[in-house]
Amino acid sequence: MSGFFSWLPGQKKTNSRDVAKDRLQLVLVQDRVNLSAQQIGEMKDELIEVISRYVEIDRDGIDITLTRSGRQSRLTADIPILGARH
Amino acid sequence: MSAVVITVTSGKGGVGKTTATANISTALAAMGKKVVAIDADIGLRNLDVVMGLENRIVYNLVDVVEGTCRLRQAMIKDKYLPELYLIPAAQSRDKTALTPGDMIELTNQMREDFDYILIDSPAGIEQGFKNAIAPADRVLIVTTPEVSAVRDADRIIGLIEAEGKYSSDLVVNRVRVDLVRRGDMLSTEDVVDVLAISLIGVVPDDESIIISTNQGRPAVLQNGSLAGQAFRDIAARLTGQTVPFMELDGHDSFMKRLSKLFKL
Ligand SMILES: Nc1ncnc2c1ncn2[C@@H]1O[C@H](COP(=O)(O)OP(=O)(O)O)[C@@H](O)[C@H]1O
Ligand SMILES: [Mg+2]
Repeated sequence: MSGFFSWLPGQKKTNSRDVAKDRLQLVLVQDRVNLSAQQIGEMKDELIEVISRYVEIDRDGIDITLTRSGRQSRLTADIPILGARH
Repeated sequence: MSAVVITVTSGKGGVGKTTATANISTALAAMGKKVVAIDADIGLRNLDVVMGLENRIVYNLVDVVEGTCRLRQAMIKDKYLPELYLIPAAQSRDKTALTPGDMIELTNQMREDFDYILIDSPAGIEQGFKNAIAPADRVLIVTTPEVSAVRDADRIIGLIEAEGKYSSDLVVNRVRVDLVRRGDMLSTEDVVDVLAISLIGVVPDDESIIISTNQGRPAVLQNGSLAGQAFRDIAARLTGQTVPFMELDGHDSFMKRLSKLFKL
């Protein structure tokens, strides 16, 4: 879809600088916590698994990200709760 | 007098540590400072050729540490500046010939007689790097604006931070204005943003570095060299001066655009 429309005027072309910065941010987060992308995925799954044992959550609305601000890494989890577990 | 020991290091090899050490040492000496540059890249000696002193070597760093010669005998006087000296690396040895303690002891013997002691570190995170940073008061981390170099720089910064006792600053080397301008190179801001340490210099990719390395005469001694100017600026900042950063990101300042417009 995006390929089809990408010739349209006003469509922002991503240059290799932006790609480089995104890839760098990702790989540095992984380096700093010393976990692979796969391990981070597993950690997220387990986290969701634990929380859903206690409350009913909206799996489509989950947003768990590993980011860094300054030289500090941070795990942020936004998990919408639908209600109590019955 | 008590010297400031500055180690120039990087994660990835070939990013410009030796070039930076030679140029910053020369620039400091040209400002009238007493400077000694130590090549701690044992087995991969290079600082001597970049400074044009390769024909004057008799003794080296390992000879001093092992007591084969006295410290003064291994100090080579620079060709161009009266208050600049080089202690070359041993070429036929490896990094295990030195310990961090040796480097601390050696620099302590010189601290009283100099203003600045610069140490050219080998790349990487092993013994040679540990030797080079052991005596440092400040660390300059050199990187190019490339994903692999910045990634390795991050690793080094992490290790230095873990030691907790150094102040480290970043030098972004080999910036290509044309590539940054068309969006095909990480900008200095991007690199600083990702690494989150303070910036002390931005050096353009410049053919004058290749020419001056061919000649064995650091670019800071040439008036027209843009990279030479960038290294002189770093030296000035090391002495505590505030020097504005060169504009290398293609975002011309208003004044520059104005002067271009009117062909001033
Ligand atoms: N700003 C620059 N512009 C052009 N070439 C450079 C620049 N900085 C370094 N170089 C070249 O890059 C190569 C590697 O530099 P060097 O200082 O030996 O790196 P390192 O000591 O980190 O291995 C050398 O050939 C050098 O001339
Ligand atoms: Mg080198």
